[in-house]
Amino acid sequence: MAHTLDAKGLNCPLPILRAKKAIKDVPAGEILTVLATDPGSVKDFQAFCRSTGHELVEWHESDGVYTYQIRSAS
Amino acid sequence: MSDNAKKFTMIVTKGTLDWAYPPFILATTAAAMGVNVSMFFTFYGLGLLKKNLDLQISTLGNPAMKMPMAGMHMVMPNLMSALPGVDAMASKMMKNLIKRKGVASIEELRDLAVEADVELIGCQMTMDLFEFDEKEMLDGLEYAGAAAYMERALASDLNLFI
Repeated sequence: MAHTLDAKGLNCPLPILRAKKAIKDVPAGEILTVLATDPGSVKDFQAFCRSTGHELVEWHESDGVYTYQIRSAS
Repeated sequence: MSDNAKKFTMIVTKGTLDWAYPPFILATTAAAMGVNVSMFFTFYGLGLLKKNLDLQISTLGNPAMKMPMAGMHMVMPNLMSALPGVDAMASKMMKNLIKRKGVASIEELRDLAVEADVELIGCQMTMDLFEFDEKEMLDGLEYAGAAAYMERALASDLNLFI
């Protein structure tokens, strides 16, 4: 089951805050996909994952949209 | 939140729209990162805990305030803020810009802070000084004094004066 959060058009700190809320509903080991347009979100999600223990599996950017794959810790 | 969680305290002393952003952005972001957050609102910062917010910004004495207008960045001459309605207009323009850029409103950030169990404390002395009524303030607030803030700040990992 795909867990996706669309945070496009939202600026700091909303992508992180929305992701925090969304990831609560993602069972451990599964992936939350986050879409964002805020360029600051790159460093933000890296820091967010480092401090919360969720794993930033991969991220990429295409046409101004950043896609993050975050594995839920627990 | 675990007991190993870092603690972040801050004392919020200003109540204009621009000064409201750093405390709430930092508080909500820290809470999202698993930090225990406590905010103490005093003097003009206490106004940020009113139920109904109508935060304002002033163009007076704000030489760093260069707003995007008509395709460039403009500074308002100080004299203009003396005209009736100019500051109110600047505040409205700022709020519109914030909305257009997908930045959260203070109301939304504050709601997120409450939801994230950020501790919001109102300064009792300021309540008395400015004759604020508890009925105008958010429900469920704690009111305390300097020693309560001091105790929390001394035990924190990160403490800010805003």
